[in-house]
Amino acid sequence: MLRRLIPHPLLSLTLILFWLALVNTLTLGHLILGVLFGIGIPMITAPYWPDRPIIRAPLKVAEYFLIVLWDIVVANVQVAMIILFRRNEDIRTQWIPVPLDLKSAEAITVLAGTITMTPGTVSATLAADGSCVLVHCLHTDDPDAVRDEIKSRYESRLKEIFQ
Amino acid sequence: MPFIAELLIAILLIISGVFGFVGSYGLIKLKDPMQRLHAPTKATTLGIGGVLIASMIYFVAKTGHISVHELIITLFLFLTAPITANFIAKAYMARNLKRTDLPGSGTNYGWSVYSDPPERESSN
Repeated sequence: MLRRLIPHPLLSLTLILFWLALVNTLTLGHLILGVLFGIGIPMITAPYWPDRPIIRAPLKVAEYFLIVLWDIVVANVQVAMIILFRRNEDIRTQWIPVPLDLKSAEAITVLAGTITMTPGTVSATLAADGSCVLVHCLHTDDPDAVRDEIKSRYESRLKEIFQ
Repeated sequence: MPFIAELLIAILLIISGVFGFVGSYGLIKLKDPMQRLHAPTKATTLGIGGVLIASMIYFVAKTGHISVHELIITLFLFLTAPITANFIAKAYMARNLKRTDLPGSGTNYGWSVYSDPPERESSN
């Protein structure tokens, strides 16, 4: 019964918190409205997510989020330095294919988003079978090091979270 | 408003202004579209982030209530910036690059811009 009412607890919780953040006040009325949304929307949209991701380690999510946040700050400074102080001829731009061990679509989406937000890299496209991501690197002398860093710093953590 | 809050807000606004400017400057300075893509997706994130944190501090100092709208804006930014960059990159690859300009994917299937995905086992 509870499973039928709340088929996707994580989505429900997200929707409730999101509604409260959107109205920017914490009152009983809005909490009830948020709970209604949290129950109603997952029920209506259930056919669109046949396989939902299972998050195995919630604490790891927080750790991952903080690491990415820190890397974004570092990335901003690094890219700003490259833009301001490097002559265009000295910028060595490279394409780097990064083979993936992740299988679930959600995990790959998070990884691709992370790559785009962090130091000098943009994820451009996936291999057609989703087993490799093509990364465009603004400036690097050592493409292998970039690839290894993505795999060890982000992918290994995502693997613990999603698998 | 206490002096320390004003100081923090001022510093954050200056930081965000500088990064916003560098991001825009990068758009002009860098050479090809793929390089230019890096400037707005990175440098601007901190630019907008600085403004949002400044806004949160301002409302806490002014009204005493915590405003969380800024967190939602940050969330949307994190969701939309990579997707936009990805679509621009794909459009650029499809129109201007050939399969041979890119390194191989290391699997039996090519990049999804040029190749079809494998057949699904069960069609639904």
